[in-house]
Amino acid sequence: MAARNNRDDGSADNPHDVVGSGPAEPRDGDISAGNGMLRAWIASWGALAIDVFCQVGNMSLFVGRTFAWMLTRLPKAETILPNFYEVGVKSLPVVALTGTFIGMVLAVQSYFQFRQMGLESRLGAVINMSLVRELGPVLAATMLAGRVGSAMAAQLGTMRVTEQIDALDSMGANPIYYLVVPRFLACLVLIPTLTVMADFMGVVGGYLFSVYRFEIDRHFYWYNSAQYVGAWDFFGGIFKSFFFGGAIALVSCYRGFHCRPGAEGVGEAATSAFVHSFVLILVSDLFLSMGLDAFHDALWSGSAKIF
Amino acid sequence: MSDALVTASIPLVQLQRLQVRFDSNQVLRDISLDIERGSTVVVIGESGCGKTVLLKTILGLIRPTRGTVKFDGRELMKLSDRELTEQRVRMGYVFQQAALFDSMTIGQNVAFPLRQHRRLSEAEIREQVVRRLADVGLPESVVYRKPAELSGGMRKRVGLARALMLNPELILYDEPTTGLDPIMSDVINELIVQTSQREDVTSIVITHDMHTVRKVAGRVIMLYPTSRLSADEPQVVYDGLVSGLDACGDRRVTQFVHGEAGERLMELRRETA
Repeated sequence: MAARNNRDDGSADNPHDVVGSGPAEPRDGDISAGNGMLRAWIASWGALAIDVFCQVGNMSLFVGRTFAWMLTRLPKAETILPNFYEVGVKSLPVVALTGTFIGMVLAVQSYFQFRQMGLESRLGAVINMSLVRELGPVLAATMLAGRVGSAMAAQLGTMRVTEQIDALDSMGANPIYYLVVPRFLACLVLIPTLTVMADFMGVVGGYLFSVYRFEIDRHFYWYNSAQYVGAWDFFGGIFKSFFFGGAIALVSCYRGFHCRPGAEGVGEAATSAFVHSFVLILVSDLFLSMGLDAFHDALWSGSAKIF
Repeated sequence: MSDALVTASIPLVQLQRLQVRFDSNQVLRDISLDIERGSTVVVIGESGCGKTVLLKTILGLIRPTRGTVKFDGRELMKLSDRELTEQRVRMGYVFQQAALFDSMTIGQNVAFPLRQHRRLSEAEIREQVVRRLADVGLPESVVYRKPAELSGGMRKRVGLARALMLNPELILYDEPTTGLDPIMSDVINELIVQTSQREDVTSIVITHDMHTVRKVAGRVIMLYPTSRLSADEPQVVYDGLVSGLDACGDRRVTQFVHGEAGERLMELRRETA
């Protein structure tokens, strides 16, 4: 079915009822071919604009319904726990591995530049600062968008295609409450937790590589880290990861719910869930970082920072 | 007249000037039907004529572009989520491909409506699940199996057992015999007949299997695809008793009933040319 008008998945009334889709075809005789092409071109841009507008509207309704359900009634433990296990426990190894390698790569990349300036002992500051502020949260979220997000979209997409979502509706179980809210909660709670794990493993990885490979004095490594990296940097990174977690869950569930029929549709839902989550993570990261810095400056203006 | 009599006199399902459209594709056009309580209505028509869409609109899964759907006098689209849920519990839907939750066992699937809407002990749930499965001819041992391990016919029967779990007043069957062997098709037909007699329910069956029509139907409604109709022709081309089908003078109906292609292949080729 091309466009579903499902009450419970947050989609609005059929947007194309009034407008009609596709480029207008020129009538023979009364319009010249050039004019017809121009009209078709304008019409296709118009159709695209309407489509984008409808997508944003549908997504907002979907998010609104998710929040409305979450605030009125929390899901039962037996629906929440499997999702927490899927998102949290199963992601642990891959997130730990990601974190460790980010820390080590940061050490390799910064070491040579800092050595030229004779500042090797400051390596701890730069590694840990970039790690907790930026790379830990963003790369952990990216990893999870790939692991958790596309799996969610594929799973919900298959449920949509095989009418399992309709079956939930038909038995009086709201699919948003039953399927989306537990996944959203799992991502919202566990992606920041996994980010802490990625940060920790990154710190360990960077330390081991700097101290044992580049033979930097361990006392100065930690001393400089402690001098520059504060609680604000760490909590700023974790704060951002709440948004990343929420974005991954909502985008992926939305993509799964609005999956087109067939194997191709499910594949497309999984791919677009990752791509859209990734873009949203990067864009929101920029604005959240700017916002956090502005907030920090307003509170403690003028304090010395390495960045 | 008392309230109870008034309620009993209105049809269970009322469709008024129903219209459903996806993009520029008009699926249902100006359909007005009343489904009486306790009746078994079979909706027939070729693939793509909007039978499934009609069924999903009655359940409130698809929002009509125009017109109203009333269930027991209440207009579905004007109800809140909570009220709609209450009404849906009074209906059961048997899906074409059964639509069993593949992450759950058969037992969990059949128990799902009970766990959602009734407060029962595990022992009571189990007892009801086993009883319902026995009604559709499935042994207790299937309870622990996953849907993927069952054959198509078994899955359909599990779907039926699940739909009957809350004793619905209205059961909607979406092509119940499609893709089954002739014997299993007849088993399903038999189950539909038995269910409608025993539970005193209203049934709407959509199918293109004439065996099903002759076995279960009281009233038959035939829909015709809107793309093959002119602007002023009604989409319902037959509405009457099953016995009247053979005597019907409409060529579109006799063609379907006897399964004759006629000049259809030529028409299809002309359309694609």
